[in-house]
Formats: sequence, C-alpha cells, structure tokens
Amino acid sequence: MFTMLKQRNGNNMEIPKSFLGYKRENGRAGTRNHVIILPVDDISNACAEAVANNIKGTIALPHSYGRLQFGADLELHFRTMIGTAKNPNVAAAIIIGIEPKWTKRIVDEVSKTGKPVEGFSIEGAGDIETIMKASKKAQEFSIWASEKQREECPISDLWISVKCGESDTTSGLASNPTVGNLMDKLEPLGVHLCFGETSELTGAETVCEKRGKTPQAQEKFKKTWNDYNDFILKEATDDLSESQPTAGNIAGGLTTIEEKAFGNFQKIGSRQFIDVLTPAEEPEKGPGLYFMDTSSAAAECVTLQAAGGFNIHLFPTGQGNIIGNPIEPVIKLTANPLTAVNMSEHIDCDVSKILSREMNLSEAGDELIKTTLRVANGRLTCAEALGHKEFVMTKLYRSA
Amino acid sequence: MATDIIIHDEKDNVGVVVIEKITPKQDCSCWVMENDKTVSIQSADEIPLGHKIAMTDLNEGDTIIKYGHDIGKVVKSIKKGEHVHVHNVKTKKW
Repeated sequence: MFTMLKQRNGNNMEIPKSFLGYKRENGRAGTRNHVIILPVDDISNACAEAVANNIKGTIALPHSYGRLQFGADLELHFRTMIGTAKNPNVAAAIIIGIEPKWTKRIVDEVSKTGKPVEGFSIEGAGDIETIMKASKKAQEFSIWASEKQREECPISDLWISVKCGESDTTSGLASNPTVGNLMDKLEPLGVHLCFGETSELTGAETVCEKRGKTPQAQEKFKKTWNDYNDFILKEATDDLSESQPTAGNIAGGLTTIEEKAFGNFQKIGSRQFIDVLTPAEEPEKGPGLYFMDTSSAAAECVTLQAAGGFNIHLFPTGQGNIIGNPIEPVIKLTANPLTAVNMSEHIDCDVSKILSREMNLSEAGDELIKTTLRVANGRLTCAEALGHKEFVMTKLYRSA
Repeated sequence: MATDIIIHDEKDNVGVVVIEKITPKQDCSCWVMENDKTVSIQSADEIPLGHKIAMTDLNEGDTIIKYGHDIGKVVKSIKKGEHVHVHNVKTKKW
C-alpha cells in the first residue's frame, strides 16, 4: 500500500497554503458563518423553528431526542449538542430547551469557545414569551455575525471529515482512492482528518488496526471494532452474510464483505490514524488522521463528525447519495459516469474520467483539493444549494 | 487506448471490468493503477461492468487478492480469464 504514494503523488499542482475562512475566538476557523437555533430536546423544536423563521440569517436544527435519556446515551446527546454549537462553522448559538438545567449545561460548555451563546428554557414561560426573548437575542447575533469577514487562514485550519455512501464498484476503484490521494497530500500540511463507519470496515478490520500509528491507537481501534461486532452478534438473528454485501452490491460485482470494506478503506490513502474517537468526540492530539466510532448511516455519521469539530466534509458516492448537513458543507464526488450525468445537481466533483483513463488518481486528487478549497472559501455545495440539512442524532438505546 | 479492465494493485490476481461488458475471447487491455502499467488478457467468459476477471489460474483454497489484500477464498477452481464472483469465491469472515 505504501508504495502507492510515489505513483499517486507523481505529477502535481502546487497546493495553496491558505483559504478564506472566518476566524473564531478560540483560534479555530470556520468555512461557514451560521447562527444556529439549537433545541435541546424534541419538544423545543417548535420554539426553535419559530425563532429561525422570525430572524433572517439564522437556522434551526430540529431533531427527535433529548428527553429521558440516561447513561452513555445521554452523554452522547450532550456531546453532540455541545459539539455542534462549538463547531467553528457556527458564529453564534441560541440554545432552547424545556428545562433550564440541561440548557445551561450546553450553554456553559459552548461559552468556553468565547463565541456568543445564550440559553432559554420554556417551562414556566411558554412558547410565545420564549420565542419573543430568543428572537431578540437571535436578531442581535445575526446582525453581529453578518459583519464577520472572511480572512486568510492557513490550510491547517481545515478539519476534513470523510464518509462514503451508496457505494458501487466505482467507489472502490476511483472516488474513494481520490479522497485517499487528497489525504496523502494534505496531511503533511497539518490538516485534521477523520474517517468513521465502524460497521463498514468489517473484513478489513485487522488491516485497519495496523494503520494505527501507535500501539495505543491500534488497541483502541481493536476494542472499538470488537465492541461493535459483539453488539451485532447480540442483536442479529444470524450473522451478516445475508446482508453484507447486499444484493445490490453483489449485482454490481462486489463478492465479499472484505472486498466492500477494502473499497471503503481506500478513503484514507496510505495514512495512519493517531487516535480513535468516541462518537462526536473532539480530537485533542493535534493534526493528523483520526478514526471516529460512527454508524455507517450517512446523516448520522456526518452529524457526529461535525459535532467533533470538523468544518468540511468529503463524500464519495457511486449510485448517488444526496446527503447534506446544516453546518458542515458536504462535497460530493463520484466516479460513476452515469451518476455524474443523471444526478448532476448532486455532484460537486466528477472524477469519472479515471475509469476511462483520461485522468489519473493524482490529477483527480488535485481536482478534489481545488473543489475543497473553493467550498472552504464560500462556494455553495450542491447539497447546500438544494437545501439539504440533515441533522440526525445517534441514539445508543431506548430512553427510560 | 481504451481501458477494458482496471487492476488496483500489482499484487492483485483479479481485475475489474470498466466497460459495459466484455465478451468471451475478447482481447482486453488492463490498466494497473498502482504502477500505471498496461497488461493484456483474453477473456473466457462474458463479464459485466463492475465484475471481476481472473488474471491467473486459481485453485480451490487459493486467496483472492484485490487492493493488495485478501478479500476471500476460492471455492471452485478458476481459469485465467474467467468470471470471479459468488459462484466460485466466498468470504473468509463467516
């Protein structure tokens, strides 16, 4: 695998050393400048959406959970809420919950970044009074954020997450290796990188484990994957051989789960991961590649990575996944020539010429770097222009 | 020259068809991505887009290598140029 480096990095454009981002109070940089209205729980969605409707330049992030959760599941809920509001793509945040205590816990953590944040609780006041008060604060935040200007930021301020979906054989052949090529080129420049999808590494788990840079990272990955596998064996009525690969995968030419997993694994190029993150955990070991324990469901995975602090996302697809995220721009690339034409409104970067050999991997990687920087500088992704803002919380088990 | 088959890694013993289909006895051009070399092979079967072709003779119990890695075992012997799929290869996982 490591020999691929020389071929894949053969030709090469000069990689720009900076992009235009929004500098935040805590030293991070955003590729977007959102003012979010974040409900703490499901029953506060109506209030949050009313505020976002009142005040232009704000966005509500409704979701389905936040009541009677407990233990690790509740901690993940808080981590996702707090991480989402802390993300540097968020300029300021309004937090609205039914009760003051949980609302305050989120506000207190987010305020540590130095960004404007204010919490409101509905109990005792009702929706209408809360909407009025929160709207006044949201208007203040929105006008304040509108004066923020993009400034030159080092490319190392990019935190790039990756996840593939609706994969077919073109994913493993070309679009996933294109992402891997980008990683090989950008990691030495000090960017943060993140891949996930614990379930879809099944079959490549021992090879993936060896990509851990330290024995600790390897051990953590092994434990994470084993825990996942134990969960599957406990819940499944039989093993996964009837569903992995799927009938569709098999029709497309994928024979075994190992083959599918190695296709997925191409996204990290020849990189090694320095640490393993729990879902929505913020990396703390500096620049480099991280593995995050996530579902392989697209919206859940990207929501967790955004909550971990990642500010731009790369999403290779074969048959055409259409996902977006409200705060982290999702760039889609495909190597499937039919998808590139038939679903062109969803594809930001077409690398299908790899299959006809009119483009090599290094050229494709360069194209993806260019697209990534344009989006980092403010170009809307296809998903943003289409209004995709899937915010999907991961829930570990049923509520009390 | 048009590429009919792509091979990921020079260690791979299978390639992937990237045209609509290849037909029996077709002389195919194969691109090895890792080293940018071109090799050729004559097909024995009709093989559709996205499906695999054996680049060498394979016996029962042999390992299929793709991406330079083990992706399963041969359960029915395969001749060079034949279609490689669920009828002659199984996972080692389950």
